[in-house]
Amino acid sequence: MLTAENIIYRVGDREILRGVSVRIPRGRFVGVVGPNGAGKTTLIRVLSGVARPAAGRVLLEGRPLAGLRARERARMVAYMSQNPSIGFGFTVEDVVAMGRYAHRRPLAPMSGADRAAVARAMAATGVLPLRERLVTELSGGERQRVFLARTLAQEPRLLFLDEPTSDLDVRFQLEILSLVRTLQRRRGLTVVMAIHDLTWAARYCDDILALRDGRVVAYGETGEVLTESLIDDVFGVRSTVVRENGAPVRVDFVGTDAEREMAGKGDSAPEHEPEPGPAPEPGPAPADVTSALRPRPGRPA
Amino acid sequence: MITPAPEKRAGEPARPPAGPQTERWSRPGRRPADGRPSGLRYVRPAAVLAVLAAGLFAAVVLATAVGVVALPYGETARIVFAKLLGLSSGAAPASEAIIWGVRMPRVAAAGLVGLALATSGAAMQALFKNPLASPDLIGVSTGGAVGAVAAIFLGWSLVSPWLMPAAAFAGALAAAALVYALGTRAGRTDIATLLLAGVAVSAFGGALISLLYHFVDDGVLRQIVYWLMGNLGGKRWEHVLAMAPFVGVGAMGLVLFSSELNMLMGGEDDAKAMGVAVERTKRWVLVLVALSTGAAVSVAGIIGFVGLIVPHILRLVIGPDHRWLLPASGLAGAAFLILADLAARTVFSPVELRTGIVTALCGAPFFLHLLMKRRELVRWS
Repeated sequence: MLTAENIIYRVGDREILRGVSVRIPRGRFVGVVGPNGAGKTTLIRVLSGVARPAAGRVLLEGRPLAGLRARERARMVAYMSQNPSIGFGFTVEDVVAMGRYAHRRPLAPMSGADRAAVARAMAATGVLPLRERLVTELSGGERQRVFLARTLAQEPRLLFLDEPTSDLDVRFQLEILSLVRTLQRRRGLTVVMAIHDLTWAARYCDDILALRDGRVVAYGETGEVLTESLIDDVFGVRSTVVRENGAPVRVDFVGTDAEREMAGKGDSAPEHEPEPGPAPEPGPAPADVTSALRPRPGRPA
Repeated sequence: MITPAPEKRAGEPARPPAGPQTERWSRPGRRPADGRPSGLRYVRPAAVLAVLAAGLFAAVVLATAVGVVALPYGETARIVFAKLLGLSSGAAPASEAIIWGVRMPRVAAAGLVGLALATSGAAMQALFKNPLASPDLIGVSTGGAVGAVAAIFLGWSLVSPWLMPAAAFAGALAAAALVYALGTRAGRTDIATLLLAGVAVSAFGGALISLLYHFVDDGVLRQIVYWLMGNLGGKRWEHVLAMAPFVGVGAMGLVLFSSELNMLMGGEDDAKAMGVAVERTKRWVLVLVALSTGAAVSVAGIIGFVGLIVPHILRLVIGPDHRWLLPASGLAGAAFLILADLAARTVFSPVELRTGIVTALCGAPFFLHLLMKRRELVRWS
């Protein structure tokens, strides 16, 4: 259980987070959504202990996160920034091995257990065949998997991801998300992920935490929280949340406030229905999303 | 003429990877994304380290054998080897006195200064994630110079050989602390601000030294200017012994932070998330750099270029892992400065050049050559 109490975070005079309180139970996959500048990245950084708030505190199983030594914290909590990088010239295995830092004693070499954890992390993310390649020569999707492997090598209980799919094409997005989901299920991890794409959020997240202007607007199970009115409220965008057996599987967008205004002035926009109404057709959304993964054309599987 | 022999390996065709890699830190080399081998590879760090160690010994022998009284290399090597191990060489006492009593202190001083500057530069570049970082740039060298000049000005340098390095260390540490404080706000250090603060502190220190010129008599002025220009002439064993503990602690300490420096190259947030005590690491690295740079500056004045370029050369050859990079930079820096100093005192003999002139004249073209050939191995951002 991770608890944040009344978190305030400032940069200069600007308040990025204005009194955020959340309780994240163990084993959940929480998607943090909100417009640009809502404070998603900052919330992820504060909850993972990377950034220290100006006021308020974060408790991990009842213990203040700020009171833990860096190594101690890193054995429980892992964090992957939005665009992780590493200086040139490190191999995939070097980078994943860095995740073991908190488990090694200062200056101690890698133990057998460390090496095994590195190998497991690389196998779980499918980067084992790349282990001798330099990270700088990999494609974006491969690189994200390497950095994901590095966080897994930390063997954390909580995993914080800041938009891990933001620079990736749709296939890599799907790969990364279903990988995180599988790992979360299999290892009982708690995952907190900032995520832009609401359809992905609908499909993969147990819970949704919606932020706007540094405040929590809504937080709860995806099926209950992810509604047309919330999306309108948080993003100012009209949408249709397509549901299947009551569970949201897709979010279609209708238009913004500006477009609505224009439509109201008589500039009719026929493709934008004035009222979304009930979902037109759920469409044949596959029950198991990973089955949508086919071998990419032109690439060896 | 003088070529830093050990680094020559970079130009050789690299060896192919030896079968399935089992060795932990070996680099199998770079391949472009399309899988076509580009032919550029990092050289095995352990091999480079061995070559550099041999090169350093050769440089020591060469530098102690050459001089007004030329001594045979074989005998010189025997004497150096025996002396290093504390054995009796069986050579003529006169040769031994020339090598060990006259030439060796200067060579040892050059080696220690090169080692200190190169390891400090490597650590600074990682800490600041900036290829331009070096002890000169962030004001540590100038701070050390201010301390040492103050020691000369106050006459302390005549009291004990220890006071110069101690004053230089104090100056270097003060500059590092000032720059660090200027660049840190609310517990986070902003690297760009830090670098700019370093440039400003450097300029300020330089102005302070120039200001002092107006208040000293000609004798002291000559002493200060001669020393500041970066010179290794006239160094005796007491200089070496006064500097050695500072440089030893500084360089060894930096090696202990290898893992942290590796991780800091990927950004502070990620390093922190992986368990690195980021602010503490930055403070310690700055102290260690101030320690060895201050000592080096107190003995040799400001010798540019070594701290900036030697780590870059080694990074191009063996890769960025500080566990190898720091020791390799140390060995290469030592050998390089010994050879540069040899050139400085022999090429236009009896006129002695400033060592700094030679380091830049020989090192810069070599570095550029290497950079142009291997630049695809380098990506700083």
